[in-house]
Amino acid sequence: MTLPEYNFAYLDEQTKRMIRRAILKGIAIPGYQVPFASREMPMPYGWGTGGVQVTAAILGPDDVLKVIDQGADDTTNAVSIRAFFAKTANVATTTKTADATVIQTRHRIPEAPLSAGQVIVYQVPIPEPLRFLEPRETETRVMHGLEEYGLIHVKLYEDIAQHGHIATTYAYPVKVEDRYVMDPSPIPKFDNPKMNGSPALQLFGAGREKRIYALPPFTNVVSLDFEDHPFEVQKFKQPCALCNATGVYLDEVVTDDRGGRMYVCSDTDHCETRREEGHHGPGLPISGAQTVKEDAA
Amino acid sequence: MTSPILSVSNLERRYGDFIGCTDISFDVWPGEVVAIVGESGSGKTTLLNCISGRLDRSSGSIRYNMRDGRFPDLADLSEAERRFLMRTDWGFVHQNPADGLRMRVSAGANVGERLMAIGDRHYGEIRNTATEWLGRVEIAGDRIDDKPVAFSGGMRQRLQIARNLVTRPRLIFMDEPTGGLDVSVQARVLDLLRGLVSDLGLAVVIVTHDLAVARLLSQRMIVMKTGRIVETGLTDRVLDDPHHPYTQLLVASILES
Ligand SMILES: Nc1ncnc2c1ncn2[C@@H]1O[C@H](COP(=O)(O)OP(=O)(O)OP(=O)(O)O)[C@@H](O)[C@H]1O
Ligand SMILES: [Mg+2]
Ligand SMILES: [Zn+2]
Repeated sequence: MTLPEYNFAYLDEQTKRMIRRAILKGIAIPGYQVPFASREMPMPYGWGTGGVQVTAAILGPDDVLKVIDQGADDTTNAVSIRAFFAKTANVATTTKTADATVIQTRHRIPEAPLSAGQVIVYQVPIPEPLRFLEPRETETRVMHGLEEYGLIHVKLYEDIAQHGHIATTYAYPVKVEDRYVMDPSPIPKFDNPKMNGSPALQLFGAGREKRIYALPPFTNVVSLDFEDHPFEVQKFKQPCALCNATGVYLDEVVTDDRGGRMYVCSDTDHCETRREEGHHGPGLPISGAQTVKEDAA
Repeated sequence: MTSPILSVSNLERRYGDFIGCTDISFDVWPGEVVAIVGESGSGKTTLLNCISGRLDRSSGSIRYNMRDGRFPDLADLSEAERRFLMRTDWGFVHQNPADGLRMRVSAGANVGERLMAIGDRHYGEIRNTATEWLGRVEIAGDRIDDKPVAFSGGMRQRLQIARNLVTRPRLIFMDEPTGGLDVSVQARVLDLLRGLVSDLGLAVVIVTHDLAVARLLSQRMIVMKTGRIVETGLTDRVLDDPHHPYTQLLVASILES
């Protein structure tokens, strides 16, 4: 018998217990930022060490892990983190949202609705939603404690004053269970409604800032807005060029050096699954003016 | 009879062994402007910060007449209540406008902040109210989306005043509100303050070392020296017929200059 080179999922058991305690506290107080003793991980902070530590603390040998970055399973960051856990925890990995028990993510929530029993772990760079107008940590802590959240609306006011509408498109602030204001990590606001009432457990880890927070299943999550400027998600004029999906988040992809571009699902698994099911979009790159007619699926 | 809006009794603030202010007792009545004067280091700011809840006192009592009729010592309010008071029923105008403004957000957001803090959620209404208050401090409506960094010193100070008044407070604290301004713009800000204070029936405690400011704005004066009150009385009486030798010296030095 050979001893593993690393402890299961890299972190030692004591550290994992400490992180689990922070997670449990976060689940008990939805949206509240729990400080934790963030550890050095064998990767730089920008790679989502907070999310990696949370994943390491909750992963069991029978889990099936999916890792996405900007919706894609095949970017360097996603591939590295998946490989890291395949090696240190020997867990099965997948790109299929439906097959995963744990999904670590940066920038997106999958298009396929999450289900009970699944856990989604968000990588968070800046957990404090009040930071941009109040840099003092002592003060933001009091503001959360006393539910003084007027500053969030100052930011949204400023957006409208400058752009005519709320121009914040990602890391769009939400209020959790009518109590804590939370930064949902840099997901597009398109994904905000998916957080509300989700049957999955949602965990957020910020490594450099040493914070963990959580949304237990079926938590009420409301995107903040003004009565006369209600929250709205991004809308796309055309369906996915590859799978013809509508009502999904699309990325603009440059297809040649003559200004050709097309819009495709940012969730690569969603797109592939739909194509396997026989859906297909207009397909060809759109050059210059949009004259190409779309095929019906 | 009505009762005072603020009642200070035997207040002391020490910095270690050093006395910042001591043996301070006075009342402020609704709608009254009280000036605290005295030379540099006499404890004016220390006193103002204590009674406005911004600095802990060493001993004594500071009671405030709440809108709901209670008259508690500030120390007996919860932190939430105290902070709510500070952004609704009270105002604080700093000498340096940058200390009282958010320099990186627009004038409109600066004025609207208190409204949003108390739950206003209608952008159009917040903006209308902000426009109205900018007008009252003589800032043109088309500057509403400009940031205070683009404003002159006098405009910044007027913006700070508007930002404080938007929730219709009853009591305003000011620490040398015109002290950092050019003499040429001081008069305009003082004029404006005087008009707003009387229109709104504000009670004001204003710290100044400028007796002309005290004369223009206040009905009553408190003269401080080395942390203690040496004389108090109606402003005209104190300035025209000072009793304490220190006040006589202060008044004389102004007349000479
Ligand atoms: N944080 C502090 N620690 C120690 N001593 C202090 C502190 N703050 C003020 N003091 C001292 O307390 C005394 C009163 O200071 P204060 O700032 O209240 O005076 P002031 O009347 O406002 O003066 P000025 O007109 O210069 O603003 C001064 O001697 C000052 O040096
Ligand atoms: Mg002072
Ligand atoms: Zn697609």
